[in-house]
Amino acid sequence: MTLQIKVQHAFAGFDLDVDLDLPAGVSVLFGPSGSGKTTVINAVAGLLRPDQGRIAIGDWVLTDTASRHHSAPHRRRIGYIFQDARLFPHLSVRQNLAYGRWFAPREAKATSMDRTVEMLGIGHLLSRRPATLSGGEKQRVAIGRALLSGPRLILADEPLAALDEARKAEILPYFERLRDEVAVPILYVSHASAEVARLATTVVALRAGRVIACGPPGQVLGDVAVVGARGAASLLTVRVVAHHADGLTELATAAGTLWLPRIADATEATLRVRIMAQDVILSRDRPAGLSALNILQGTISDLRLGEGPGAMVTLAVGEDRLAARITRRSAEALGLAPGQTCHAVIKSVAVAPDAIGTGLRVSPASRD
Amino acid sequence: MGGDWANWLGPAEWQAVRLSVRVAFWATVVSLPLGIFVAYALARWNFWGKQLLNGIVHLPLILPPVVTGYLLLSTLGRRGPVGEVLDAWFGIVLSFRWTGAAVAAAIMAFPLMVRAIKLAIEAVDPKLEAAASTLGASRAWVFTTVTLPLILPGIIAGSILAFAKAIGEFGATITFVSNIPGQTQTIPSAIYAFLQVPGGQEQATRLVIIAIVIAMAALLLSEYLARRVAQRVAGS
Repeated sequence: MTLQIKVQHAFAGFDLDVDLDLPAGVSVLFGPSGSGKTTVINAVAGLLRPDQGRIAIGDWVLTDTASRHHSAPHRRRIGYIFQDARLFPHLSVRQNLAYGRWFAPREAKATSMDRTVEMLGIGHLLSRRPATLSGGEKQRVAIGRALLSGPRLILADEPLAALDEARKAEILPYFERLRDEVAVPILYVSHASAEVARLATTVVALRAGRVIACGPPGQVLGDVAVVGARGAASLLTVRVVAHHADGLTELATAAGTLWLPRIADATEATLRVRIMAQDVILSRDRPAGLSALNILQGTISDLRLGEGPGAMVTLAVGEDRLAARITRRSAEALGLAPGQTCHAVIKSVAVAPDAIGTGLRVSPASRD
Repeated sequence: MGGDWANWLGPAEWQAVRLSVRVAFWATVVSLPLGIFVAYALARWNFWGKQLLNGIVHLPLILPPVVTGYLLLSTLGRRGPVGEVLDAWFGIVLSFRWTGAAVAAAIMAFPLMVRAIKLAIEAVDPKLEAAASTLGASRAWVFTTVTLPLILPGIIAGSILAFAKAIGEFGATITFVSNIPGQTQTIPSAIYAFLQVPGGQEQATRLVIIAIVIAMAALLLSEYLARRVAQRVAGS
């Protein structure tokens, strides 16, 4: 099921023009404030009527300005998770969760209340009022409320932006479970690349109302035009091999073993790890006598010189790409060129805990 | 004790109290749905003539009550254009009847009711209503399941204020429906009548005390409910 979003809309001093065909899974709209992310999802939700456009989930048309069709928000069956949880203050948590079910058609009530409550860990909150919940708890209830309305599409508008780091770490795994356990497409708005790296199956980069890049996260997050040279990162698919007594976890990649500080996930779990390009050192020969534990071997697939003193080197490691940001001087001194074999050195402690997320069921090849 | 109470007031005074309560009750109940509708329109909709509607609603607050009463008499009176139609087609006569007193009281109390409800509606975050609509609730359902419960304390406060205002209404009432004991003689009219005859001061004083008690109780109750609405809407 694909999601078609073709929207043109003019505001005072800003106009939006996007044309997207998004595959199933989590599509993340990624960009700075004012890039038009919220406008896009408000158009999908029906809260905004675009000047021109067509919005459809599969062959179910929500908006088509050509035929003057625009279904009202309450007929769209879209589960919208807002940045501010927007729970109804006069209803208990249980009543908030049940709210959308009153209006859902019978076949949409398959999502079980018990299972959702258990998945989100909110069983102990059911009789409480929203005013007594913490920010993270409110957001979990809001996720449950959206899910239980039997949606055909879930929209999430920066659901973590109002939360502190600890609460973000608490909620993110629930979105990963949503992605992996609930077969509903998700359109997720974010300006945080760590979130994008963990959740996305497709990333749409927006800037000033235009799409500047669209593709799998490994590709878009490594694009200097999208994230800037400092923000460029790669995503490596890894498998947990063993947890060792010295506090390190052994992970298998296509290009060798990766050692990272203790990861909570069980052995055999597939994860993806975000590695910032500026944390990677390159070496032509296999280095010895280094404190860094991780040395991955790959082939240079791309070499780009920046306008300043920097250069971006991309290595093919198995099916993944690993980007390294080095100086032009080093690139020239080492005589780097596409096709060469090269070694990438990564410090274990450079990988932040929030850069590690659960793996996707969707394999990179089947995304396209 | 109850018997003492009944004896404390003479039959004419009791009649005025009972009539006042009846007039104020019906004035409040019948105007409430329209009050909620007008408050919602003023708080949430943008339409042509919004300021005009706002002005008309608030006019009775500013005009001398005698003027309002005179306007009622000249439109709804038996020889007035609307009154004539009501009488000829439906057999409804308002002038010099308690129903006319209720109409006058309702119009005079309407601005207070609308103001209280409008404040409560403005305190409801429209984002909550948008959230309800994405969850599948139509406009009518959003109103009944989200907006209405959240503004309920405001509705109660507005109704109490309107009731108290209706009980005390004098100028428009006496102009429109006169001062007929048992028909249109409400508490203020009765106080006025008692003060016109020698020795009526004692009866007037008792009615004054009742008027003060009712007004004070209404004010305290509406203050309490106004605080509740603030707590409830801030609860998100």
